[in-house]
Amino acid sequence: MGLKIIVLAKQVPDTRNVGKDAMKADGTVNRAALAAIFNPEDLNALEQALRLKDKYKGTTVTLLTMGPGRAADIIREGLFRGADDGYLLSDRAFAGSDTLATSYTLSCAIKKIKDFDLIIAGRQAIDGDTAQVGPQVAEKLNLPQVTYVEEVLKAEKGKITIKRRLERGVETVEAPLPSVITVNSSAPSCRPRAAKLLMKYKHARTMSERQSQAEDYIDLSADRPYLNIQEWSVNDVETDAQWLGLTGSPTKVKTIENVVFQAKESKILTASDKEIDELVKELMLNHTIG
Amino acid sequence: MNNIFVICEMDEGKVADVSLELLTKGRSLANTLKCQLEALVLGHKLTGVEKEIFPYGADVVHIGDDACLAPYTTLPHAAVINGLFKVEKPQIGLLGATTMGRDLGPRVSSALYSGLTADCTALEIGDHEDKKAKKVYKDLLYQIRPAFGGNIVATIINPDCRPQMATVREGVMKKEIYSASHKGVVKKIDVGQFVKPEHLVVKVIERHMEKSRVNIKNSSIIVSGGYGMGSKENFQVLYELAEVLGAEVGASRAAVDAGYADHDRQVGQTGITVRPKLYIACGISGQIQHTAGMEESAMVIAINNDPMAPINKMADYVITGDVMETIPKLIKFYKKNSK
Ligand SMILES: Cc1cc2nc3c(=O)[nH]c(=O)nc-3n(C[C@H](O)[C@H](O)[C@H](O)COP(=O)(O)OP(=O)(O)OC[C@H]3O[C@@H](n4cnc5c(N)ncnc54)[C@H](O)[C@@H]3O)c2cc1C
Ligand SMILES: Nc1ncnc2c1ncn2[C@@H]1O[C@H](COP(=O)(O)O)[C@@H](O)[C@H]1O
Repeated sequence: MGLKIIVLAKQVPDTRNVGKDAMKADGTVNRAALAAIFNPEDLNALEQALRLKDKYKGTTVTLLTMGPGRAADIIREGLFRGADDGYLLSDRAFAGSDTLATSYTLSCAIKKIKDFDLIIAGRQAIDGDTAQVGPQVAEKLNLPQVTYVEEVLKAEKGKITIKRRLERGVETVEAPLPSVITVNSSAPSCRPRAAKLLMKYKHARTMSERQSQAEDYIDLSADRPYLNIQEWSVNDVETDAQWLGLTGSPTKVKTIENVVFQAKESKILTASDKEIDELVKELMLNHTIG
Repeated sequence: MNNIFVICEMDEGKVADVSLELLTKGRSLANTLKCQLEALVLGHKLTGVEKEIFPYGADVVHIGDDACLAPYTTLPHAAVINGLFKVEKPQIGLLGATTMGRDLGPRVSSALYSGLTADCTALEIGDHEDKKAKKVYKDLLYQIRPAFGGNIVATIINPDCRPQMATVREGVMKKEIYSASHKGVVKKIDVGQFVKPEHLVVKVIERHMEKSRVNIKNSSIIVSGGYGMGSKENFQVLYELAEVLGAEVGASRAAVDAGYADHDRQVGQTGITVRPKLYIACGISGQIQHTAGMEESAMVIAINNDPMAPINKMADYVITGDVMETIPKLIKFYKKNSK
């Protein structure tokens, strides 16, 4: 029995490789200096979906991402690794969304996709480290959720069995389908791009990308519909404007501060016997040690 | 009405440390706001749990005791909290940033349409002026947290939605008894009123818990090693130093990633927050994500061969030298002087 799986994936700035030029002089983040990458745990999520596809014949994997136009890269990356298709949700109306507005918008798009058995998200996105969107999508769709997933053991007879990682232990749980699960970085990493798929999907584009291509661009998507990446704006998805974007975000950023240290006055020592001996004596005298 | 609620978590039959830490914080916020502090505990076989909670300053303890609430699964817990919060209308709701809190918090915030800020490192009360709307908000919860991989610190507010919800990691707030004789009111929750059969669809088949092996959080001296230790073998001198000092061994993420130490020793933003009497940082550069977890140490000694290492800025003593030369000397002279 094949499953219809939707994978939620986000394009994020690579906060793990923050260089010296990542902060501007005025203390704001210099987004241009950070590469945009596939959120790492979303790759773990994709791998779980692809494993189910390997295991259960007829399974399809659909990516869903919300972001600016360039987030179409996320869909392409997914196609190169074995996903079947994908949707990019992109509109100014979605800009400035916090996790709640994001999950609202994603859940509206999922309702439009309609036919699915399982939604797989990453546990958290490295730009915010919030881990909220998965559970919030589940709530908006009125579906059960299982977070911190390390392995989907099986998905049969309308049920899914899952191993999940707790702080100090592991748990095996069973949930009905459809459900929402979020996958941990401790799950297996994603398989690499497949050369064959890279060839097949190299020219996959959204409508807006196609329109902004150079003149000599040859559009093949009419003959090869799989090269068309679906792009949805606010008009394509049934939403209520009051829950979208900045308006739909209950959390507001009041202030942002760049982190600066006040240097303490410190005693500078060398590792000579004499100085270490004196340090130890001093620490013992003031009862820090001993 | 409009009080502060702390959603408490049980850990091996006792109230989890992180919940007691949040109660301590909640008590001081409640004093500032002149409102009450209420605790909420859900689980099974909770008899007497209020005795653990009252000394931390709770005025009311809501207890939902039912077999369907243990082991933890999301939906029944969320159903009870959503139901109770709709009646009680708290202004603030706090949870631990644990696997449970991070599973439950977003579910509840989504249902109640209230903002939630994850992993706060400080919580304060303050006002906010919305210049555009010409509106002044009094006594909001400032939810302060690092963002962008720790490179900035953001203050988040929820001006219009209630409750204002936040999660906090274990060890970030201090745990302090408010008054050993403090007593409040116990309110039993009628769990059956909220939990319906459709909430019981996720089943825990098996759970295997490991006992926590190390407890660096409560250690008064921490000897911490970084990538500069060079190898897992070299880490051994840290254990020796810890042994003679009666200390625990901590590590930076780079050291953990390199396999020099286990993850439960990691100090920092994605590890544990510690505030020992003495923190000895050995071969640790002192990136913000690390120092976020140890900056409240009473005294810091940095051992680093780079005189410009950022960690030196926050150290009381800077030893510029090689770790493998310096640490054995510390052991040697400690033994000599303690005779
Ligand atoms: C989202 C996010 C979360 C993170 N969370 C954490 C966290 O919780 N905890 C954490 O620690 N990090 C965390 N990090 C990583 C952090 O940014 C740093 O990369 C890490 O702390 C560096 O570890 P380190 O100081 O051991 O290694 P390095 O930065 O490589 O520093 C090694 C130091 O050792 C010194 N050294 C080298 N050889 C010797 C020698 N022989 N003798 C003496 N000194 C020597 C060097 O001068 C250098 O200062 C996080 C990063 C991100 C993006
Ligand atoms: N804009 C988005 N588009 C698609 N998926 C998202 C988006 N934001 C968050 N997600 C999903 O939700 C997970 C948790 O995100 P967060 O709550 O931001 O940490 C991510 O790992 C993604 O799977």
